[in-house]
Amino acid sequence: MTAAESYPDDLRYHSEHDWARVEGDEATLGITWFAADALGELVHFEPPEVGANVTKDQSYGEVESVKAVSDVIAPLSGEVVAVNGHVIDAPETVNDDPYGDGWLIRVLLSDPGEVAALLDADAYRQVLESQ
Amino acid sequence: MTHPFLALTDSDRREMLATIGVASVDELFRDLPTAVRLGRELELEPALSEQETFEHLAALAGQNADASRELSFLGAGVYDHYVPAVVDTILQRGELLTAYTPYQPEMSQGVLQAIFEYQTAICELTGMDVSNASGYDGTSVAVDACYVAKHSTGRTKVVVTEATNPQVRQVVKTFAAGFGLEIVEAPHRDGVTDLDEVERAAADAAAVIFQQPNFFGCLEPAPELCARANDAGALPIAHVDLVSLGVLEAPGNYGAALALGEGQAAGNFPSFGGPHYGFLAAREQFIRRMPGRIVGETVDTAGDRGYVLTLQTREQHIRREKATSNITTNQTLLALGGLVYFTWLGPQGLRELGEICLSLGAYAKQRLAEAGFEQVFADRPTFKEFAVRVGRNAREVVAAARERGVHPGHALGRDYEGMDDVLLVAVTERRTPDEIDRLAEVLAEVAR
Amino acid sequence: MKLIYEKSQAGRRASALPRYENLPAAPGIPAELRRSEPPRLPEVPEFELVRHFTELSTRNFGVDTGFYPLGSCTMKYNPRINERLAALPGFARMHPLQEEGGAQGALELMWRLQEILAEVTGLDAVSLQPAAGSQGELTGLLLVRAYFAARGEGDQRRKVVIPDTAHGTNPASVTMAGFELTHVQTDARGNIDVDDLRGKVDEQTAALMLTNPSTLGLFDENIEEIERIFHGAGALMYYDGANLNAVCGISRPGDMGFDVVHINLHKTFSQPHGGGGPGGGPIAVRDILEPFLPVPAVVKREDGGFGLDFDRPETIGKVRGFTGPFGVFVRSYAFLRMWGPRLREMSEAAVLNANYVLARLKETYDLPFDRLCMHEFVLSARTMKREHGCTALDVAKRLMDYGFHPPTVYFPLIVPEALMIEPTETEAKETLDAFCDAMIAIAREAAEKPEVLKDAPHRRPVRRLDEVRAAKNQIVKFGFEPAQEPIEA
Repeated sequence: MTAAESYPDDLRYHSEHDWARVEGDEATLGITWFAADALGELVHFEPPEVGANVTKDQSYGEVESVKAVSDVIAPLSGEVVAVNGHVIDAPETVNDDPYGDGWLIRVLLSDPGEVAALLDADAYRQVLESQ
Repeated sequence: MTHPFLALTDSDRREMLATIGVASVDELFRDLPTAVRLGRELELEPALSEQETFEHLAALAGQNADASRELSFLGAGVYDHYVPAVVDTILQRGELLTAYTPYQPEMSQGVLQAIFEYQTAICELTGMDVSNASGYDGTSVAVDACYVAKHSTGRTKVVVTEATNPQVRQVVKTFAAGFGLEIVEAPHRDGVTDLDEVERAAADAAAVIFQQPNFFGCLEPAPELCARANDAGALPIAHVDLVSLGVLEAPGNYGAALALGEGQAAGNFPSFGGPHYGFLAAREQFIRRMPGRIVGETVDTAGDRGYVLTLQTREQHIRREKATSNITTNQTLLALGGLVYFTWLGPQGLRELGEICLSLGAYAKQRLAEAGFEQVFADRPTFKEFAVRVGRNAREVVAAARERGVHPGHALGRDYEGMDDVLLVAVTERRTPDEIDRLAEVLAEVAR
Repeated sequence: MKLIYEKSQAGRRASALPRYENLPAAPGIPAELRRSEPPRLPEVPEFELVRHFTELSTRNFGVDTGFYPLGSCTMKYNPRINERLAALPGFARMHPLQEEGGAQGALELMWRLQEILAEVTGLDAVSLQPAAGSQGELTGLLLVRAYFAARGEGDQRRKVVIPDTAHGTNPASVTMAGFELTHVQTDARGNIDVDDLRGKVDEQTAALMLTNPSTLGLFDENIEEIERIFHGAGALMYYDGANLNAVCGISRPGDMGFDVVHINLHKTFSQPHGGGGPGGGPIAVRDILEPFLPVPAVVKREDGGFGLDFDRPETIGKVRGFTGPFGVFVRSYAFLRMWGPRLREMSEAAVLNANYVLARLKETYDLPFDRLCMHEFVLSARTMKREHGCTALDVAKRLMDYGFHPPTVYFPLIVPEALMIEPTETEAKETLDAFCDAMIAIAREAAEKPEVLKDAPHRRPVRRLDEVRAAKNQIVKFGFEPAQEPIEA
């Protein structure tokens, strides 16, 4: 069941349609409802390896629907400590629950200061409206 | 006079121009700057009628010494096997012949199901898990395999055995530079690849490409070749002849990671080099890196089975600069010829065909030996093709034999140093024992 | 319908092979190289084979079946004489390694085709070797690379400029040739944005890749300025010949300033598309690039004979086996001889047909660039989607019920809900009118009963197919075991 549009206030956002849930020196990353909706039902997630480093503003993986493929952009830099195997097995989870069970990876932040530059939910909504 | 391939009458044109709102056809081209217009008639010979076109091209065809006019033992990658009439019949069905790529599956279930059946046949023949819908030919699929190997292993060197078809090696070299691959060749010793040399070269290689049977017709120690490549972390890639796979082991059963080759021998005419089809099959883990189209089974909204192009995100029309290949048009019709051919043969027919080729090959070796021609790699088992010394320059022998109506084979000196006096003789099921006798007789006349 | 494997019965066969008396027994094959398990190929009698593939053909739609306005693919009539000619033993049973003296007819045909293509493209030299358009592109880019390497500029000129309307093959070819991509935008009239372009072309630029007319079906009005920018910067110009059907005998890529062109013989020159192939992708080049062309070159010798020239020291090498897809050359050469200088009439009819359909449909669908088109044009179903929830895909599926093959949809990428329509020169006005009537009727249906579109097609052998399921649950060959319940068609 595809989720309804939402952008939770407790998350931080990147203008390339990615979100981060920051908890201490770790963050959980995923793609926003807007990105999931634009792609359509996901059929594949190509994840990074645990232990790899991801860099803010750069791609760390790919998500695919039947008709499109998209890089997933890291909103923050760090080392990958977990990959959501549930999404690898059932990629449509991202469409069903983009901010919950549909998370993609968890990283150990290398520069927690980067968080300050991310958007809050209101600012991200403005990004969407301007597109 | 209206051209026979056009339908518009003068009154059609007038009505259409009025609807468009322009005065003339010329006005439709008003966006073209004058400087880039041709401004004259094309300097081409006048248009011909169908009859005149037929006579002109038939005259050109009549100048060619094809296999119906000259007794030919040429092979070297393209073979004169019999193509059954059912292949022509099916390939000339207009619904298949004049369709394009099945992007709209509801319009294209015929082609899609045929490709699914073709993929199944290729997987059965090669012992692999996944086949694409075809590549251009036996050379281009080797390039595709290099791409798969590079991206699967992260290594940037590919080993190709020297006993692999020279054209495959040349084409791989042409394209390798573009995607940052170094190509090295592993030498043969007495007609088969030197295993120790392969092992050495494979140490930091993405893949080892070898041919079975190899270019000399000799059977390679394929299981051992694959084992050495695998041990070095390189993907073993087998370039095989589909027609051989009724009697020779499937590459998937001796450890190859990918199997590919030229499909012409199975269901296509030689046609002076094309169009034919290249086939490319792999183990399951490479499916997302496979270049080319793949057809998958699914269901429609009523729950009935149907077929679609699948995993299209690999391809250029979606992934663009990151695609697994730039291929779009492939060789579907020729691959369909292959499917019809294998359906015609069936498993029994395929095995019998292989055995006939083996028997005729043995007979040809025996007759040539009796005529005094020594096999170059005497103790090697061969399939369909073998190398003999003819005692003088083989190209001269070819020329002299052709004057007697026999093309005795491919002069290997064209491709390999030190083999100027060697002929590569191909024997398919279309060469009768009498014709083989004639070959021996003519060679005896011209070669000494 | 059943798969051929589901019709198979052990012990049946369609083939009988020759039996030769008194041959030696087949020599032994070492056990480890001998086939262990036979391949499970179908076992059917010959008539079952013919019925199976005939039934498959009835579930397929070709140009022979009906109107096929698939944009960018040039689905024109394929004359039957071509098939008869390609099947002549003097062509079909010719071995590609035959000596030159025994291949004069084949070599002459290729040489003559090269001469015609040079005249049609306005360029100096032609290689027929590439197997299809995309391989022609890659070959052309390797020539560009070799050209700059020979001038000592190989390391410097790394960038290839591509407009955002380009076919996906263009960026894919750029990557495969080892170049880097520079994207350039489209302006409000559908031309390359020349202001955007100026800032992006410099001494690091190797080439432009351009389709002209573009994938929007529009001729770039600034082509002369674009030529000055690229040649002024010492860069080359590559012409994607996918849309050559618009300009034969009217304007030539060489006259527009292009240095390399590939030609799609299966689009412009009537090689049947074969359900996906074969094609042919010859390239034509300006003289400065000739030394780098693939080997062997087909040449006319001083004595009037024809031959293969392998002695080209600066060649990029071979790009395909032998000299290319010869059977395709036979068909295209025959087609070109039947047109001769009248080829201009072919392109004029293609452009007239396209503009007529455009004129009839532009009030009903969105037209992103309101200009006269060339041989094709792009409409958008954007308003229909917003107002009625029906998409370009829905229109495409509904067209099937009216007996037409749909246009290309969702391409080019810069037009949302794109419908790319290419009627070709083949079609009669009655056919075009019937298609326009259907498109207009579908727009009315979208407003009045949109579910008819969304549930379409209703009159094909299958209903709309689940592509998501195919991508997730990958079944790419028949399963064989366990013994399956027969599935009735």
